[in-house]
Amino acid sequence: MTPVVHPITLLFASVFTSNILLANFLGMCSFISISKDQKSSFGLGLAVTVVMTITMVVSWAVLKLVIEPLGLEYLSFIIFIIVIAAIVQILEMLIDRLSPALYLALGIFLPLITVNCAILGAILFMQIRNYNFWQALSFGFGSGVGWWLAIMLLSSIRKKIDAAPVPAGLKGAGITVITIGFMAMAFIGFSGMLNVQ
Amino acid sequence: MSPLLLGPLVVGLISSVLALVISITDRIVNDYGEVNIDINGGKKILTVKGGSPLLGTLAFQNIFVPSACGGRGSCGACKVRVLSDVGPHLPTELPYLNSEEVARNVRLSCQIKVKKNIAIELPEALFNVRKFKTTVERIRNLTYDIKEVYLRLSDEAIAAGGISFTPGQYAQLVVPPYGDVKESVQRAYSMSSTPQDKEHVEFLIRLVPGGIATTWVHQYLIEGDPVEVVGPFGEFFVRDTDATMIFVAGGSGMAPFKSIVNHMAQTGQWTNREIWYFFGARSRRDMFYLDEMADLERRFPNFHFVPALSEPKPEDAWTGPVGLITNVLDSYFKEKIGKDKPMEGYLCGSPGMIDACVKVMTANGISQDKIYYDKFA
Repeated sequence: MTPVVHPITLLFASVFTSNILLANFLGMCSFISISKDQKSSFGLGLAVTVVMTITMVVSWAVLKLVIEPLGLEYLSFIIFIIVIAAIVQILEMLIDRLSPALYLALGIFLPLITVNCAILGAILFMQIRNYNFWQALSFGFGSGVGWWLAIMLLSSIRKKIDAAPVPAGLKGAGITVITIGFMAMAFIGFSGMLNVQ
Repeated sequence: MSPLLLGPLVVGLISSVLALVISITDRIVNDYGEVNIDINGGKKILTVKGGSPLLGTLAFQNIFVPSACGGRGSCGACKVRVLSDVGPHLPTELPYLNSEEVARNVRLSCQIKVKKNIAIELPEALFNVRKFKTTVERIRNLTYDIKEVYLRLSDEAIAAGGISFTPGQYAQLVVPPYGDVKESVQRAYSMSSTPQDKEHVEFLIRLVPGGIATTWVHQYLIEGDPVEVVGPFGEFFVRDTDATMIFVAGGSGMAPFKSIVNHMAQTGQWTNREIWYFFGARSRRDMFYLDEMADLERRFPNFHFVPALSEPKPEDAWTGPVGLITNVLDSYFKEKIGKDKPMEGYLCGSPGMIDACVKVMTANGISQDKIYYDKFA
Protein backbone atom coordinates (compact mmCIF):
# COMPACT_ATOMS: atom_id res chain seq x y z
CA MET A 1 0.00 0.00 0.00
CA THR A 2 1.30 3.43 -0.90
CA PRO A 3 1.61 5.76 2.10
CA VAL A 4 -1.20 8.30 2.12
CA VAL A 5 0.04 11.48 0.48
CA HIS A 6 -1.60 14.75 1.41
CA PRO A 7 -3.67 16.11 -1.52
CA ILE A 8 -1.76 19.41 -1.53
CA THR A 9 1.55 17.56 -1.68
CA LEU A 10 0.16 15.41 -4.45
CA LEU A 11 -0.88 18.52 -6.38
CA PHE A 12 2.65 19.91 -6.39
CA ALA A 13 4.15 16.51 -7.01
CA SER A 14 1.98 15.93 -10.08
CA VAL A 15 2.81 19.34 -11.50
CA PHE A 16 6.56 19.31 -10.92
CA THR A 17 8.26 16.17 -9.71
CA SER A 18 6.05 13.51 -11.29
CA ASN A 19 4.95 15.47 -14.30
CA ILE A 20 2.81 13.15 -16.39
CA LEU A 21 4.57 14.23 -19.57
CA LEU A 22 8.16 14.58 -18.49
CA ALA A 23 8.32 11.83 -15.87
CA ASN A 24 5.96 9.30 -17.43
CA PHE A 25 6.11 10.38 -21.07
CA LEU A 26 2.38 10.15 -21.59
CA GLY A 27 0.55 12.27 -24.15
CA MET A 28 3.61 12.64 -26.34
CA CYS A 29 2.02 12.67 -29.77
CA SER A 30 0.02 15.86 -29.33
CA PHE A 31 2.80 17.27 -27.15
CA ILE A 32 5.28 17.08 -30.02
CA SER A 33 2.95 18.03 -32.85
CA ILE A 34 1.05 20.91 -31.24
CA SER A 35 3.95 22.49 -29.38
CA LYS A 36 5.21 24.12 -32.56
CA ASP A 37 2.57 26.80 -32.09
CA GLN A 38 2.28 28.68 -28.81
CA LYS A 39 -1.34 29.70 -29.15
CA SER A 40 -2.49 26.16 -29.91
CA SER A 41 -0.36 24.85 -27.06
CA PHE A 42 -2.18 27.13 -24.68
CA GLY A 43 -5.58 25.93 -25.93
CA LEU A 44 -4.63 22.28 -25.79
CA GLY A 45 -3.08 22.62 -22.33
CA LEU A 46 -6.22 24.28 -21.04
CA ALA A 47 -8.38 21.58 -22.59
CA VAL A 48 -6.27 18.80 -21.11
CA THR A 49 -6.47 20.38 -17.67
CA VAL A 50 -10.25 20.76 -17.76
CA VAL A 51 -10.86 17.28 -19.16
CA MET A 52 -8.29 15.61 -16.90
CA THR A 53 -9.80 17.10 -13.73
CA ILE A 54 -13.38 16.21 -14.58
CA THR A 55 -12.73 12.73 -15.98
CA MET A 56 -10.55 11.94 -12.99
CA VAL A 57 -13.34 12.72 -10.54
CA VAL A 58 -16.00 10.87 -12.53
CA SER A 59 -13.74 7.87 -13.11
CA TRP A 60 -12.96 7.80 -9.41
CA ALA A 61 -16.68 7.66 -8.65
CA VAL A 62 -17.24 4.91 -11.23
CA LEU A 63 -14.27 2.99 -9.86
CA LYS A 64 -15.36 3.18 -6.25
CA LEU A 65 -19.10 2.79 -6.79
CA VAL A 66 -19.26 0.29 -9.65
CA ILE A 67 -16.01 -1.37 -10.62
CA GLU A 68 -14.59 -2.25 -7.21
CA PRO A 69 -17.81 -3.38 -5.48
CA LEU A 70 -18.64 -5.65 -8.43
CA GLY A 71 -15.08 -6.89 -8.86
CA LEU A 72 -14.89 -5.76 -12.47
CA GLU A 73 -11.31 -4.50 -12.38
CA TYR A 74 -10.55 -6.43 -15.55
CA LEU A 75 -12.98 -4.17 -17.42
CA SER A 76 -11.68 -0.90 -16.02
CA PHE A 77 -9.79 0.08 -19.22
CA ILE A 78 -12.91 -0.18 -21.35
CA ILE A 79 -15.08 1.58 -18.81
CA PHE A 80 -12.61 4.44 -18.34
CA ILE A 81 -12.34 4.97 -22.08
CA ILE A 82 -16.11 5.10 -22.45
CA VAL A 83 -16.30 7.57 -19.57
CA ILE A 84 -13.61 9.80 -21.10
CA ALA A 85 -15.26 9.80 -24.52
CA ALA A 86 -18.67 10.65 -23.10
CA ILE A 87 -17.37 13.41 -20.86
CA VAL A 88 -15.48 15.03 -23.70
CA GLN A 89 -18.68 15.01 -25.77
CA ILE A 90 -20.69 16.61 -22.98
CA LEU A 91 -17.99 19.15 -22.21
CA GLU A 92 -17.80 20.13 -25.85
CA MET A 93 -21.51 20.84 -25.98
CA LEU A 94 -21.49 22.75 -22.69
CA ILE A 95 -18.50 24.90 -23.56
CA ASP A 96 -19.91 25.60 -27.02
CA ARG A 97 -23.08 26.93 -25.43
CA LEU A 98 -21.77 28.65 -22.33
CA SER A 99 -18.53 30.17 -23.58
CA PRO A 100 -18.15 30.45 -27.36
CA ALA A 101 -14.85 32.27 -26.81
CA LEU A 102 -13.38 29.35 -24.88
CA TYR A 103 -14.86 26.93 -27.40
CA LEU A 104 -13.02 28.71 -30.20
CA ALA A 105 -9.83 28.80 -28.14
CA LEU A 106 -10.01 25.04 -27.62
CA GLY A 107 -11.08 24.54 -31.22
CA ILE A 108 -10.47 21.07 -32.57
CA PHE A 109 -8.40 20.06 -29.56
CA LEU A 110 -11.26 19.14 -27.30
CA PRO A 111 -12.37 16.09 -29.33
CA LEU A 112 -8.73 15.14 -29.89
CA ILE A 113 -8.23 14.77 -26.15
CA THR A 114 -10.47 11.72 -26.13
CA VAL A 115 -7.52 9.78 -27.50
CA ASN A 116 -4.85 11.51 -25.43
CA CYS A 117 -3.08 8.80 -23.48
CA ALA A 118 -2.14 11.17 -20.64
CA ILE A 119 -5.79 11.25 -19.60
CA LEU A 120 -6.22 7.48 -19.47
CA GLY A 121 -2.73 7.12 -17.98
CA ALA A 122 -3.50 9.45 -15.10
CA ILE A 123 -6.77 7.66 -14.38
CA LEU A 124 -4.98 4.31 -14.31
CA PHE A 125 -2.37 5.72 -11.91
CA MET A 126 -5.23 6.85 -9.71
CA GLN A 127 -6.57 3.30 -9.75
CA ILE A 128 -3.35 1.44 -9.00
CA ARG A 129 -2.27 3.94 -6.32
CA ASN A 130 -5.72 3.64 -4.75
CA TYR A 131 -6.29 7.38 -4.26
CA ASN A 132 -9.14 8.74 -2.19
CA PHE A 133 -11.45 11.43 -3.56
CA TRP A 134 -9.38 14.46 -2.61
CA GLN A 135 -6.20 12.83 -3.81
CA ALA A 136 -7.85 11.96 -7.12
CA LEU A 137 -9.08 15.52 -7.53
CA SER A 138 -5.73 17.12 -6.82
CA PHE A 139 -3.85 14.50 -8.87
CA GLY A 140 -6.17 15.03 -11.85
CA PHE A 141 -5.95 18.79 -11.70
CA GLY A 142 -2.21 18.71 -10.98
CA SER A 143 -1.46 16.35 -13.85
CA GLY A 144 -3.44 18.58 -16.20
CA VAL A 145 -1.61 21.69 -15.06
CA GLY A 146 1.67 19.81 -15.30
CA TRP A 147 0.91 18.82 -18.88
CA TRP A 148 -0.08 22.39 -19.65
CA LEU A 149 3.10 23.74 -18.08
CA ALA A 150 5.25 21.28 -20.02
CA ILE A 151 3.71 22.06 -23.40
CA MET A 152 3.95 25.82 -22.79
CA LEU A 153 7.62 25.44 -21.86
CA LEU A 154 8.35 23.32 -24.90
CA SER A 155 6.51 25.62 -27.29
CA SER A 156 8.48 28.59 -25.91
CA ILE A 157 11.75 26.72 -26.32
CA ARG A 158 10.80 25.68 -29.86
CA LYS A 159 10.18 29.31 -30.71
CA LYS A 160 13.78 30.00 -29.74
CA ILE A 161 14.98 26.93 -31.61
CA ASP A 162 13.29 28.19 -34.79
CA ALA A 163 15.83 30.98 -34.87
CA ALA A 164 18.79 28.77 -33.92
CA PRO A 165 21.22 27.16 -36.39
CA VAL A 166 20.06 23.56 -35.97
CA PRO A 167 21.85 20.97 -38.17
CA ALA A 168 19.61 20.04 -41.09
CA GLY A 169 19.18 16.43 -40.05
CA LEU A 170 17.95 17.40 -36.60
CA LYS A 171 15.40 20.02 -37.62
CA GLY A 172 11.80 19.52 -36.53
CA ALA A 173 11.02 16.39 -34.54
CA GLY A 174 14.68 15.47 -33.96
CA ILE A 175 15.71 18.54 -32.01
CA THR A 176 12.31 18.55 -30.29
CA VAL A 177 12.81 15.09 -28.86
CA ILE A 178 16.30 16.03 -27.66
CA THR A 179 14.84 19.16 -26.05
CA ILE A 180 12.18 17.09 -24.32
CA GLY A 181 14.94 14.85 -22.98
CA PHE A 182 16.70 17.82 -21.40
CA MET A 183 13.45 19.10 -19.97
CA ALA A 184 12.68 15.70 -18.50
CA MET A 185 16.12 15.56 -16.87
CA ALA A 186 15.56 18.98 -15.35
CA PHE A 187 12.19 17.98 -13.97
CA ILE A 188 13.39 14.62 -12.70
CA GLY A 189 16.08 16.49 -10.79
CA PHE A 190 13.33 17.51 -8.37
CA SER A 191 11.93 14.05 -7.96
CA GLY A 192 13.83 13.38 -4.73
CA MET A 193 11.95 16.19 -2.99
CA LEU A 194 8.53 14.64 -3.37
CA ASN A 195 7.99 11.11 -4.54
CA VAL A 196 4.56 9.75 -5.20
CA GLN A 197 5.40 6.93 -7.57
CA MET B 1 -24.81 -13.59 -11.28
CA SER B 2 -22.21 -15.15 -13.48
CA PRO B 3 -19.28 -12.81 -14.02
CA LEU B 4 -19.56 -13.63 -17.71
CA LEU B 5 -22.88 -11.80 -17.79
CA LEU B 6 -22.10 -9.16 -15.21
CA GLY B 7 -19.22 -7.62 -17.17
CA PRO B 8 -21.05 -6.90 -20.43
CA LEU B 9 -24.13 -5.87 -18.47
CA VAL B 10 -22.25 -3.26 -16.46
CA VAL B 11 -20.38 -1.92 -19.51
CA GLY B 12 -23.68 -1.74 -21.37
CA LEU B 13 -25.38 -0.04 -18.46
CA ILE B 14 -22.62 2.54 -18.04
CA SER B 15 -22.65 3.26 -21.78
CA SER B 16 -26.43 3.69 -21.78
CA VAL B 17 -26.38 6.03 -18.81
CA LEU B 18 -23.66 8.14 -20.46
CA ALA B 19 -25.51 8.09 -23.79
CA LEU B 20 -28.64 9.24 -21.99
CA VAL B 21 -26.75 12.07 -20.30
CA ILE B 22 -25.32 13.09 -23.69
CA SER B 23 -28.72 13.16 -25.37
CA ILE B 24 -30.31 15.07 -22.50
CA THR B 25 -27.46 17.59 -22.53
CA ASP B 26 -27.81 17.82 -26.28
CA ARG B 27 -31.52 18.54 -25.99
CA ILE B 28 -31.08 21.20 -23.33
CA VAL B 29 -27.80 22.77 -24.39
CA ASN B 30 -28.21 22.72 -28.16
CA ASP B 31 -31.66 24.26 -28.13
CA TYR B 32 -31.09 27.60 -29.79
CA GLY B 33 -34.76 28.17 -30.59
CA GLU B 34 -35.73 29.72 -33.89
CA VAL B 35 -33.25 31.92 -35.71
CA ASN B 36 -33.40 33.88 -38.93
CA ILE B 37 -31.14 33.44 -41.93
CA ASP B 38 -31.03 36.62 -44.00
CA ILE B 39 -29.96 35.83 -47.57
CA ASN B 40 -28.67 38.56 -49.90
CA GLY B 41 -29.61 41.59 -47.83
CA GLY B 42 -33.18 40.70 -46.98
CA LYS B 43 -34.16 39.21 -50.36
CA LYS B 44 -35.03 35.99 -48.65
CA ILE B 45 -35.42 35.46 -44.93
CA LEU B 46 -35.67 31.94 -43.58
CA THR B 47 -36.78 31.10 -40.07
CA VAL B 48 -35.06 27.90 -39.03
CA LYS B 49 -34.29 25.81 -35.99
CA GLY B 50 -30.86 26.84 -34.68
CA GLY B 51 -27.97 24.68 -33.58
CA SER B 52 -27.09 22.80 -36.77
CA PRO B 53 -24.43 23.50 -39.41
CA LEU B 54 -25.41 26.09 -42.01
CA LEU B 55 -25.09 23.66 -44.95
CA GLY B 56 -27.60 21.19 -43.56
CA THR B 57 -29.91 23.91 -42.31
CA LEU B 58 -30.07 25.43 -45.80
CA ALA B 59 -30.54 22.02 -47.43
CA PHE B 60 -33.47 21.42 -45.10
CA GLN B 61 -34.96 24.62 -46.55
CA ASN B 62 -34.32 23.29 -50.08
CA ILE B 63 -31.37 25.55 -50.75
CA PHE B 64 -28.51 23.34 -51.89
CA VAL B 65 -25.05 24.82 -51.59
CA PRO B 66 -22.69 22.67 -53.68
CA SER B 67 -20.89 20.10 -51.55
CA ALA B 68 -19.00 17.03 -52.68
CA CYS B 69 -18.30 15.41 -49.33
CA GLY B 70 -21.73 15.87 -47.83
CA GLY B 71 -20.68 18.19 -45.01
CA ARG B 72 -17.65 16.50 -43.50
CA GLY B 73 -15.29 19.38 -44.23
CA SER B 74 -13.13 17.42 -46.63
CA CYS B 75 -13.96 18.95 -50.03
CA GLY B 76 -14.09 22.70 -49.37
CA ALA B 77 -16.83 23.23 -51.96
CA CYS B 78 -19.59 24.61 -49.73
CA LYS B 79 -18.16 28.12 -49.47
CA VAL B 80 -20.60 30.83 -48.43
CA ARG B 81 -19.90 34.46 -47.62
CA VAL B 82 -21.17 35.34 -44.16
CA LEU B 83 -21.95 38.98 -43.49
CA SER B 84 -22.75 38.79 -39.77
CA ASP B 85 -20.36 37.77 -37.02
CA VAL B 86 -20.08 34.00 -36.51
CA GLY B 87 -16.69 34.01 -34.81
CA PRO B 88 -13.21 33.58 -36.27
CA HIS B 89 -12.35 31.00 -38.93
CA LEU B 90 -11.93 27.49 -37.59
CA PRO B 91 -8.79 25.41 -38.17
CA THR B 92 -11.01 23.01 -40.13
CA GLU B 93 -11.91 25.76 -42.61
CA LEU B 94 -8.59 27.48 -43.18
CA PRO B 95 -6.95 24.83 -45.41
CA TYR B 96 -9.68 25.45 -48.03
CA LEU B 97 -9.66 29.26 -48.02
CA ASN B 98 -7.20 31.71 -49.55
CA SER B 99 -6.30 34.96 -47.83
CA GLU B 100 -8.73 36.97 -49.92
CA GLU B 101 -11.61 34.68 -48.99
CA VAL B 102 -10.66 34.85 -45.33
CA ALA B 103 -10.67 38.66 -45.53
CA ARG B 104 -14.17 38.62 -47.09
CA ASN B 105 -15.35 36.21 -44.37
CA VAL B 106 -16.06 33.38 -46.79
CA ARG B 107 -16.81 30.31 -44.68
CA LEU B 108 -17.34 26.59 -45.18
CA SER B 109 -21.04 26.28 -44.55
CA CYS B 110 -20.69 22.73 -43.23
CA GLN B 111 -18.38 23.90 -40.43
CA ILE B 112 -20.23 26.89 -39.00
CA LYS B 113 -23.32 26.42 -36.90
CA VAL B 114 -26.39 28.59 -37.03
CA LYS B 115 -26.76 29.68 -33.42
CA LYS B 116 -28.18 33.17 -33.77
CA ASN B 117 -29.53 35.36 -36.54
CA ILE B 118 -27.13 35.25 -39.43
CA ALA B 119 -26.79 37.15 -42.71
CA ILE B 120 -25.26 35.40 -45.72
CA GLU B 121 -24.71 35.97 -49.41
CA LEU B 122 -25.60 33.31 -51.99
CA PRO B 123 -25.57 33.34 -55.80
CA GLU B 124 -29.16 33.79 -57.01
CA ALA B 125 -28.81 30.68 -59.17
CA LEU B 126 -28.69 28.50 -56.06
CA PHE B 127 -32.37 29.19 -55.39
CA ASN B 128 -33.08 27.19 -58.55
CA VAL B 129 -31.17 24.19 -57.21
CA ARG B 130 -33.31 21.24 -56.20
CA LYS B 131 -32.80 17.70 -55.06
CA PHE B 132 -34.40 15.31 -57.54
CA LYS B 133 -35.36 11.71 -56.93
CA THR B 134 -34.76 9.72 -60.10
CA THR B 135 -34.55 6.14 -61.33
CA VAL B 136 -32.08 4.77 -63.83
CA GLU B 137 -33.91 4.38 -67.12
CA ARG B 138 -30.96 3.30 -69.25
CA ILE B 139 -27.22 2.71 -68.94
CA ARG B 140 -25.25 2.37 -72.15
CA ASN B 141 -21.56 1.77 -72.82
CA LEU B 142 -20.17 4.53 -75.02
CA THR B 143 -16.62 3.20 -74.84
CA TYR B 144 -14.96 0.54 -72.74
CA ASP B 145 -14.69 3.03 -69.84
CA ILE B 146 -17.42 5.64 -70.43
CA LYS B 147 -21.06 5.02 -69.65
CA GLU B 148 -24.06 7.09 -70.66
CA VAL B 149 -26.44 7.15 -67.68
CA TYR B 150 -29.99 8.26 -68.46
CA LEU B 151 -32.13 9.00 -65.40
CA ARG B 152 -35.87 9.56 -65.24
CA LEU B 153 -37.14 12.05 -62.66
CA SER B 154 -39.79 10.91 -60.16
CA ASP B 155 -43.41 11.51 -61.10
CA GLU B 156 -43.72 14.20 -58.41
CA ALA B 157 -40.70 16.04 -59.79
CA ILE B 158 -42.09 15.84 -63.32
CA ALA B 159 -45.50 17.03 -62.13
CA ALA B 160 -43.73 19.98 -60.49
CA GLY B 161 -42.27 20.99 -63.85
CA GLY B 162 -39.20 18.77 -64.08
CA ILE B 163 -35.65 20.08 -64.21
CA SER B 164 -34.69 23.48 -65.65
CA PHE B 165 -31.10 24.32 -66.44
CA THR B 166 -28.85 26.00 -68.96
CA PRO B 167 -26.92 23.68 -71.30
CA GLY B 168 -23.40 23.26 -69.90
CA GLN B 169 -24.35 23.27 -66.22
CA TYR B 170 -23.59 20.39 -63.91
CA ALA B 171 -25.42 18.48 -61.20
CA GLN B 172 -24.26 16.41 -58.25
CA LEU B 173 -24.86 12.72 -58.12
CA VAL B 174 -25.54 11.46 -54.61
CA VAL B 175 -23.59 8.23 -54.19
CA PRO B 176 -25.08 6.08 -51.42
CA PRO B 177 -22.88 3.86 -49.23
CA TYR B 178 -21.94 0.67 -51.12
CA GLY B 179 -19.38 -2.10 -50.72
CA ASP B 180 -16.54 -0.77 -48.58
CA VAL B 181 -17.74 2.83 -48.90
CA LYS B 182 -19.53 3.57 -45.65
CA GLU B 183 -20.62 7.13 -46.16
CA SER B 184 -22.64 8.89 -48.82
CA VAL B 185 -20.69 11.27 -51.06
CA GLN B 186 -21.66 13.64 -53.85
CA ARG B 187 -19.79 14.12 -57.10
CA ALA B 188 -20.33 16.73 -59.78
CA TYR B 189 -20.97 15.75 -63.40
CA SER B 190 -21.98 17.90 -66.35
CA MET B 191 -25.43 17.13 -67.65
CA SER B 192 -25.41 15.86 -71.22
CA SER B 193 -29.18 15.99 -71.69
CA THR B 194 -30.89 19.12 -72.97
CA PRO B 195 -33.24 21.42 -71.04
CA GLN B 196 -36.00 20.48 -73.49
CA ASP B 197 -36.07 17.01 -71.94
CA LYS B 198 -37.45 18.13 -68.59
CA GLU B 199 -38.24 14.63 -67.43
CA HIS B 200 -34.71 13.24 -67.67
CA VAL B 201 -31.12 14.00 -66.82
CA GLU B 202 -28.20 12.31 -68.48
CA PHE B 203 -24.55 12.04 -67.46
CA LEU B 204 -21.49 10.65 -69.21
CA ILE B 205 -19.31 8.97 -66.62
CA ARG B 206 -15.83 7.66 -67.21
CA LEU B 207 -14.47 4.98 -64.89
CA VAL B 208 -11.66 6.39 -62.78
CA PRO B 209 -9.77 3.51 -61.13
CA GLY B 210 -10.44 3.77 -57.40
CA GLY B 211 -12.98 6.59 -57.84
CA ILE B 212 -15.85 6.28 -55.37
CA ALA B 213 -18.62 7.60 -57.59
CA THR B 214 -17.37 6.23 -60.91
CA THR B 215 -16.84 2.74 -59.48
CA TRP B 216 -20.36 2.83 -58.12
CA VAL B 217 -21.79 3.87 -61.48
CA HIS B 218 -19.77 1.35 -63.44
CA GLN B 219 -19.96 -1.68 -61.17
CA TYR B 220 -23.04 -1.32 -58.98
CA LEU B 221 -25.65 0.87 -60.68
CA ILE B 222 -28.21 -0.99 -62.79
CA GLU B 223 -31.37 0.00 -64.61
CA GLY B 224 -34.27 0.63 -62.23
CA ASP B 225 -32.07 1.77 -59.33
CA PRO B 226 -33.06 4.94 -57.47
CA VAL B 227 -30.56 7.82 -57.70
CA GLU B 228 -30.64 11.26 -56.15
CA VAL B 229 -29.42 14.25 -58.13
CA VAL B 230 -28.84 17.78 -56.81
CA GLY B 231 -28.59 20.64 -59.27
CA PRO B 232 -28.21 22.55 -61.46
CA PHE B 233 -24.96 24.32 -60.63
CA GLY B 234 -22.24 26.13 -62.49
CA GLU B 235 -21.33 29.11 -64.62
CA PHE B 236 -20.33 27.04 -67.64
CA PHE B 237 -22.81 27.95 -70.38
CA VAL B 238 -22.80 29.66 -73.78
CA ARG B 239 -22.35 33.43 -73.45
CA ASP B 240 -24.83 35.62 -75.26
CA THR B 241 -22.62 37.13 -77.99
CA ASP B 242 -22.00 36.63 -81.71
CA ALA B 243 -18.40 35.51 -81.30
CA THR B 244 -17.05 32.32 -82.86
CA MET B 245 -17.12 29.53 -80.29
CA ILE B 246 -14.25 27.09 -79.87
CA PHE B 247 -15.21 24.00 -77.86
CA VAL B 248 -12.49 21.63 -76.69
CA ALA B 249 -13.19 18.41 -74.82
CA GLY B 250 -11.68 15.03 -74.09
CA GLY B 251 -13.31 11.82 -72.87
CA SER B 252 -16.39 12.39 -70.71
CA GLY B 253 -15.81 16.14 -71.21
CA MET B 254 -18.16 15.54 -74.12
CA ALA B 255 -21.13 15.89 -71.74
CA PRO B 256 -21.74 19.66 -71.58
CA PHE B 257 -21.09 20.06 -75.32
CA LYS B 258 -23.50 17.25 -76.17
CA SER B 259 -26.10 19.22 -74.24
CA ILE B 260 -25.14 22.49 -75.96
CA VAL B 261 -25.11 21.19 -79.55
CA ASN B 262 -28.30 19.15 -79.10
CA HIS B 263 -29.94 22.22 -77.61
CA MET B 264 -28.79 24.10 -80.71
CA ALA B 265 -30.29 21.42 -82.96
CA GLN B 266 -33.59 21.33 -81.06
CA THR B 267 -34.15 25.09 -80.71
CA GLY B 268 -32.17 26.65 -83.54
CA GLN B 269 -30.36 28.86 -81.02
CA TRP B 270 -26.72 29.75 -81.88
CA THR B 271 -27.06 28.29 -85.40
CA ASN B 272 -25.92 31.65 -86.81
CA ARG B 273 -22.67 31.45 -84.81
CA GLU B 274 -19.58 29.70 -86.06
CA ILE B 275 -18.82 26.74 -83.81
CA TRP B 276 -15.68 24.58 -83.83
CA TYR B 277 -15.81 21.54 -81.60
CA PHE B 278 -12.48 19.77 -81.03
CA PHE B 279 -12.76 16.39 -79.39
CA GLY B 280 -9.62 14.52 -78.38
CA ALA B 281 -9.16 10.82 -77.65
CA ARG B 282 -6.26 8.41 -77.58
CA SER B 283 -7.41 5.83 -80.12
CA ARG B 284 -10.58 4.79 -81.92
CA ARG B 285 -11.81 2.78 -78.95
CA ASP B 286 -11.94 6.01 -76.84
CA MET B 287 -14.01 7.82 -79.46
CA PHE B 288 -17.81 8.01 -79.39
CA TYR B 289 -20.80 9.94 -80.82
CA LEU B 290 -18.99 10.30 -84.18
CA ASP B 291 -22.17 9.60 -86.16
CA GLU B 292 -24.30 11.94 -84.08
CA MET B 293 -21.81 14.78 -84.47
CA ALA B 294 -21.34 14.13 -88.21
CA ASP B 295 -25.10 14.33 -88.59
CA LEU B 296 -25.22 17.70 -86.82
CA GLU B 297 -22.38 18.92 -89.02
CA ARG B 298 -24.44 18.11 -92.12
CA ARG B 299 -27.53 19.87 -90.78
CA PHE B 300 -25.79 23.01 -89.54
CA PRO B 301 -23.19 24.48 -91.88
CA ASN B 302 -21.72 26.72 -89.15
CA PHE B 303 -21.00 23.75 -86.89
CA HIS B 304 -17.67 21.93 -87.35
CA PHE B 305 -16.75 18.80 -85.42
CA VAL B 306 -13.04 17.93 -85.30
CA PRO B 307 -12.31 14.59 -83.66
CA ALA B 308 -8.61 13.92 -83.20
CA LEU B 309 -6.70 10.86 -82.07
CA SER B 310 -3.37 11.22 -80.29
CA GLU B 311 -2.25 7.59 -80.67
CA PRO B 312 -4.30 5.94 -83.44
CA LYS B 313 -3.70 2.21 -83.85
CA PRO B 314 -3.11 0.74 -87.31
CA GLU B 315 -6.41 -1.16 -87.14
CA ASP B 316 -8.31 2.08 -86.40
CA ALA B 317 -7.90 3.11 -90.08
CA TRP B 318 -8.18 6.71 -88.87
CA THR B 319 -8.26 9.34 -91.58
CA GLY B 320 -9.00 12.36 -89.37
CA PRO B 321 -6.52 14.65 -87.63
CA VAL B 322 -3.80 12.98 -85.57
CA GLY B 323 -1.92 14.47 -82.63
CA LEU B 324 -2.44 15.95 -79.20
CA ILE B 325 -5.60 18.04 -79.12
CA THR B 326 -3.50 21.14 -78.39
CA ASN B 327 -1.48 20.69 -81.59
CA VAL B 328 -4.61 20.03 -83.66
CA LEU B 329 -6.24 23.10 -82.13
CA ASP B 330 -3.20 25.24 -82.87
CA SER B 331 -2.98 24.14 -86.52
CA TYR B 332 -6.71 24.73 -87.06
CA PHE B 333 -6.37 28.24 -85.60
CA LYS B 334 -3.57 28.95 -88.06
CA GLU B 335 -5.05 27.23 -91.13
CA LYS B 336 -8.86 27.18 -90.89
CA ILE B 337 -10.36 29.35 -88.18
CA GLY B 338 -8.19 32.42 -88.47
CA LYS B 339 -7.36 34.95 -85.81
CA ASP B 340 -8.97 38.23 -86.73
CA LYS B 341 -12.44 37.81 -85.32
CA PRO B 342 -14.09 37.76 -81.90
CA MET B 343 -13.77 34.29 -80.37
CA GLU B 344 -14.71 32.53 -77.16
CA GLY B 345 -13.18 29.35 -75.75
CA TYR B 346 -15.17 26.67 -73.94
CA LEU B 347 -13.28 23.79 -72.33
CA CYS B 348 -14.20 20.64 -70.48
CA GLY B 349 -11.77 17.94 -69.46
CA SER B 350 -8.89 17.20 -67.14
CA PRO B 351 -7.11 20.14 -65.44
CA GLY B 352 -3.98 19.32 -67.47
CA MET B 353 -5.82 19.46 -70.77
CA ILE B 354 -7.55 22.69 -69.80
CA ASP B 355 -4.31 24.44 -68.80
CA ALA B 356 -2.64 23.36 -72.05
CA CYS B 357 -5.59 24.47 -74.20
CA VAL B 358 -5.87 27.83 -72.44
CA LYS B 359 -2.26 28.47 -73.46
CA VAL B 360 -2.96 27.62 -77.11
CA MET B 361 -6.09 29.77 -77.12
CA THR B 362 -4.46 32.83 -75.59
CA ALA B 363 -1.55 32.45 -78.03
CA ASN B 364 -4.08 32.53 -80.86
CA GLY B 365 -5.83 35.71 -79.81
CA ILE B 366 -8.57 34.67 -77.36
CA SER B 367 -8.25 36.72 -74.20
CA GLN B 368 -8.21 34.89 -70.87
CA ASP B 369 -11.57 36.32 -69.76
CA LYS B 370 -13.25 34.89 -72.86
CA ILE B 371 -12.21 31.33 -72.02
CA TYR B 372 -14.73 29.42 -69.92
CA TYR B 373 -14.35 26.07 -68.17
CA ASP B 374 -15.33 23.91 -65.23
CA LYS B 375 -12.28 22.14 -63.91
CA PHE B 376 -13.17 18.71 -62.60
CA ALA B 377 -10.16 17.23 -60.87
